Amino acid sequence: MSNNLKTLTNGILRENPTFALVLGMCPTLATTTSAMNGMSMGLATLFVLVCSNVVISLLKNLIPDKVRIPAFIVVIATFVTLVQLLLQAYVPVVYDKLGLFIPLIVVNCIVLGRAEAFAAKNSVGLSALDGLGMGLGFTLSLTVIGMIRELLGTGAVFGLHIYNDHYASLIFVLAPGAFIALAYLMAIMNKIVKK
Amino acid sequence: MEYFLIFIAAIFVNNIVLSQFLGICPFLGVSKKIDTALGMSAAVTFVLVLATVVTYLLQKLLILWHVEFLQTILFILVIAALVQMIEIVLKKISPSLYQALGVFLPLITTNCCILGVAIIVADPAQLLQKLPGDALQANLLTGTLFAFATAIGFALALVLFAGIREQLSMSRVPKAMEGTPIALLTAGLLAMAFMGFSGVVG
Repeated sequence: MSNNLKTLTNGILRENPTFALVLGMCPTLATTTSAMNGMSMGLATLFVLVCSNVVISLLKNLIPDKVRIPAFIVVIATFVTLVQLLLQAYVPVVYDKLGLFIPLIVVNCIVLGRAEAFAAKNSVGLSALDGLGMGLGFTLSLTVIGMIRELLGTGAVFGLHIYNDHYASLIFVLAPGAFIALAYLMAIMNKIVKK
Repeated sequence: MEYFLIFIAAIFVNNIVLSQFLGICPFLGVSKKIDTALGMSAAVTFVLVLATVVTYLLQKLLILWHVEFLQTILFILVIAALVQMIEIVLKKISPSLYQALGVFLPLITTNCCILGVAIIVADPAQLLQKLPGDALQANLLTGTLFAFATAIGFALALVLFAGIREQLSMSRVPKAMEGTPIALLTAGLLAMAFMGFSGVVG
């Protein structure tokens, strides 16, 4: 039981995809213009991570070692297409906001990385938990970055006004703000973890 | 003139790394030395242009057969296969070029700017948005030029960044900021500088 819990929390804290492993930087920077966008992207990735981890773990003995990477990519791409179609059908607003970055989940290093490093070696249950943990960790960090950028850039969080946007600096919603906000968040995480 | 503007727009105004956030992984990963940055840029340019042409034609087939939903799966497979093929062909034809690009080629499959540009160019509506002015049409020529210009933009950002990081490695940085944080901060300042180009080409 403790092993299961450890697998689940591993991705959220100790091996957080964004802050500890520094993987999947493109969606992290591009889709965190607001808390809502960051969370949607995180959840879409979470879905793909859990599904692909489960399927790859089920297929791990059937896939020949030499072609495993292309095989993993096909499995991942299938679920990405699924997410793409589902979002387009049920939440077109989110689909339009995230745009290009939904198909690009295929090349997100976290998904392929977990398939290779975890799902190809562990049982189905553990792989699902690992996918869930990593996905939650990713969603959490994207939401936090999105909240901070939205708060500093527009004076609101999740669209809820906190202070007058006269005092907000729009740069945090634009491209440079993404880099700068993430840089300082990482520095703060480093400071806390190393102590 | 319009064709020239494609380059200005893709390199400076909508720089793929600094304003579109595609290809951040190699941007942060292989930017510690100018030499490796140049090698990576050359490999990306090569693969990006080739992959864009191939996927553009493939998209026509997908539309013909009404299986557009297979786009993501097929594109990533084609890119992976293309990278493998380029590796084999280069090894035979030009061993010296293979020596120079060899290490970077396998890394390119997971470089999201390749798949990203392929998807943009395959969709006429998205490509038109990226082209400057109203006179240009979305076709294979403008698509390929856009891909080439984007690759040059990637190269410019990567080499500039590598130059800054070479200097940075010799200076003292606060302990918590070492490594990725200071690199991201530098990239942020670079992105701010590139923001100055916004509005140059409409």
